[in-house]
Amino acid sequence: MNKMTTSSLALLLALAGTNAIAAAPVDVLKDYAATARKENPAFKEFSAQRGEALYQAERTHSKGAKVSCAACHTDNPKNAGQTRAHKQIEPMAPSANPQRLTDAAKIEKWFSRNCQDVLERACSAQEKGDFIAYLLSIK
Amino acid sequence: MTRKILQMAVLIGSVTATGWLLADSHKHGESKSLPQVSNAKWAAECSSCHTLYHPGLLPERSWSKIMSGLDRHFGENAGLDPLAQKEIAEFLVANSADHAQNRRSAKIAQSTPAQSTPLRISETPWFVRKHDEVRNDVWKRPKIGSPANCTACHNGADKGDFAEARIKIPR
Ligand code: HEC
Ligand code: HEC
Ligand code: HEC
Repeated sequence: MNKMTTSSLALLLALAGTNAIAAAPVDVLKDYAATARKENPAFKEFSAQRGEALYQAERTHSKGAKVSCAACHTDNPKNAGQTRAHKQIEPMAPSANPQRLTDAAKIEKWFSRNCQDVLERACSAQEKGDFIAYLLSIK
Repeated sequence: MTRKILQMAVLIGSVTATGWLLADSHKHGESKSLPQVSNAKWAAECSSCHTLYHPGLLPERSWSKIMSGLDRHFGENAGLDPLAQKEIAEFLVANSADHAQNRRSAKIAQSTPAQSTPLRISETPWFVRKHDEVRNDVWKRPKIGSPANCTACHNGADKGDFAEARIKIPR
């Protein structure tokens, strides 16, 4: 690599934080599939049904509150949801909101926050892929 | 390869520049508005769950404490990567109530007792005084929810605009 390439790469990396380069949801799914295979050799493919179950499942948090993904994102991913601080959350389904699932770093950040928040643990790559497969299956 | 990357960098650079120009071309509001400030990371990371609180609304020590405990932030995990956290913390401190040059921030800084480090704007003595006419049940209305939801009543809150003429309390 010549000097020019290296410095523009550095610039790109520096800018990537503020202006994320749009990635298609399928690219993200490919990465999650590769990781899922590593985590579990028996992994075959993502399932929108399992994703829906994860999206809707309600559990009791160790602090007592009933929590679920749907609690903030509503039980229909085409609808706008609401945060605990009462701000509107744009719909999760890319069919209703084309901005969704276009930035791998953003997707990872929110999976890590929200899985911890709801499940009190990290989500596996398979769970993440299932969740995205569900969102993509909504027409 | 080199050319492609360069083109990409130019494209991204110009998107960034446009963002800045748009932010800067926004006219300064009347004297009571807090000064226009901008930082792309702050605007992106601190607005997804609530109003984008203007840095001039809390003193430096409050922002420092908030920014060092983001993984346990009012019962939620708002954790950031170390680079973003540092950049946002520096931006907030530089424009905090005790550093900003405007009357509103100066009042907030003066009215906050030196020995206290409020984590909520809505619990500062200044805020409580300004809102003493808002009844308790009003804060609980479904379209408001809590005093932290500035935007519900102050449409321009994200830009530091709290002008009385534009206050609208949802039913
Ligand atoms: C406390 C409220 C809350 C809960 C509970 C919640 N989320 Fe979210 N989620 C958000 C907010 C806020 C965003 C950011 C929305 C935005 O930027 O428009 C978000 C964004 C996301 C994103 C990123 C979408 C994108 O466009 O990149 C994913 C993925 C996600 N959530 C998954 C989940 C999963 C999985 C669960 C359940 C385990 C869940 N969320 C539960 C509030 C919540
Ligand atoms: C994952 C969601 C989330 C993110 C991201 C987030 N916050 Fe918060 N924040 C909350 C919640 C929830 C509250 C409490 C709201 C309430 O009481 O209604 C809150 C409250 C606050 C308050 C106090 C508001 C008051 O009552 O006066 C401040 C100040 C604050 N956040 C600053 C920040 C800053 C700075 C950032 C960016 C670094 C940030 N927040 C990012 C969820 C979040
Ligand atoms: C329930 C609606 C409501 C919410 C939510 C709310 N305010 Fe207010 N705010 C008011 C009212 C009403 C006044 C009083 C106007 C008056 O004195 O006539 C006011 C006054 C103010 C003023 C003084 C305006 C002036 O020109 O004197 C400021 C600044 C302000 N609010 C900031 C905030 C901030 C910051 C938040 C969020 C942390 C917030 N408000 C949340 C209703 C609200």
